[in-house]
Amino acid sequence: MKLVAGYPDSLTEKPFHYCPGCTHGIIHRLVAEVIDELGIREETIGVAPVGCSVLAYEYFDVDMFEASHGRAPAVATGVKRVHPDKIVFTYQGDGDLASIGTAEIIHAANRGEKITTIFVNNAIYGMTGGQMAPTTLVGQKTTTSPFGRDTNTAGHPIKISEMLSVLDGSAYIARVSVHDPKHIRQAKKAIKKAFQVQIEGKGFALVEVLSACPTNWGMAPVEAVKWLADNMVPTYPLGEFKEVE
Amino acid sequence: MEQVKRVVFDEERCKGCELCTTVCPKNIVKMADRINSHGYHPAEVAAQEECISCGLCAMICPDVVIRVYRPE
Repeated sequence: MKLVAGYPDSLTEKPFHYCPGCTHGIIHRLVAEVIDELGIREETIGVAPVGCSVLAYEYFDVDMFEASHGRAPAVATGVKRVHPDKIVFTYQGDGDLASIGTAEIIHAANRGEKITTIFVNNAIYGMTGGQMAPTTLVGQKTTTSPFGRDTNTAGHPIKISEMLSVLDGSAYIARVSVHDPKHIRQAKKAIKKAFQVQIEGKGFALVEVLSACPTNWGMAPVEAVKWLADNMVPTYPLGEFKEVE
Repeated sequence: MEQVKRVVFDEERCKGCELCTTVCPKNIVKMADRINSHGYHPAEVAAQEECISCGLCAMICPDVVIRVYRPE
């Protein structure tokens, strides 16, 4: 019998601490599979964020850093400039990248730092208990927007991929989702491209992955991925926003 | 030992999220009645002979529980 789906070498054996049905696990696996397929495990250095994926360094079997909240792109910049021959990636959530770390990600992209960022957008603060994030959908109920996000006081969902794609330094920007196998396959393709862009030295690459948070959305996992497809995808259109040849 | 099953579940890693049961084209991935040491009902495939080794269950599994094999 031939193995068609197994356990990636670039993940440690440690079981994820994520809630049942949390799609962080899928995204971790995709990143690990891409690192395996490109044969860059010994060359890769990852930077973990603050948020639910704060323990990402326990799961990726590559050299890892832990950055303070939102500063992963700044840490990755330093790592890449000291080790220009290494492959450097950051793995960040929306509370980390789109809120406290907005300045860092915009300037890292604008400087064209040759790093890869995996941006996990689940429209909520997961680790701290389901507060409203900059990415929370209009009308979405969270613990800090119990009547739904009101645009009069809380503004609109922030569209990071669109924002970064207009900067001259970015080389590859895509938004994908992981709510069904078809989209998971597309997500893996985009993540692979984002690493290849860095290997080829083209510039900054970011993949925004729409992700489900069943616990803080107050849904069963199967409901949550359906909610993601029905509500998040219309707000955050999927696709490749920028690809520099 | 020779691999005889097409789908193998690492039941101790399973958190019973049921996502795998929604994507199986043959509808043979079911939740077991037993529980693992964490208290979750793990997913299982009893009808191994009906499996077509498409790997969709493994693809959507958030906890890398599932290994899928195909006969050579």
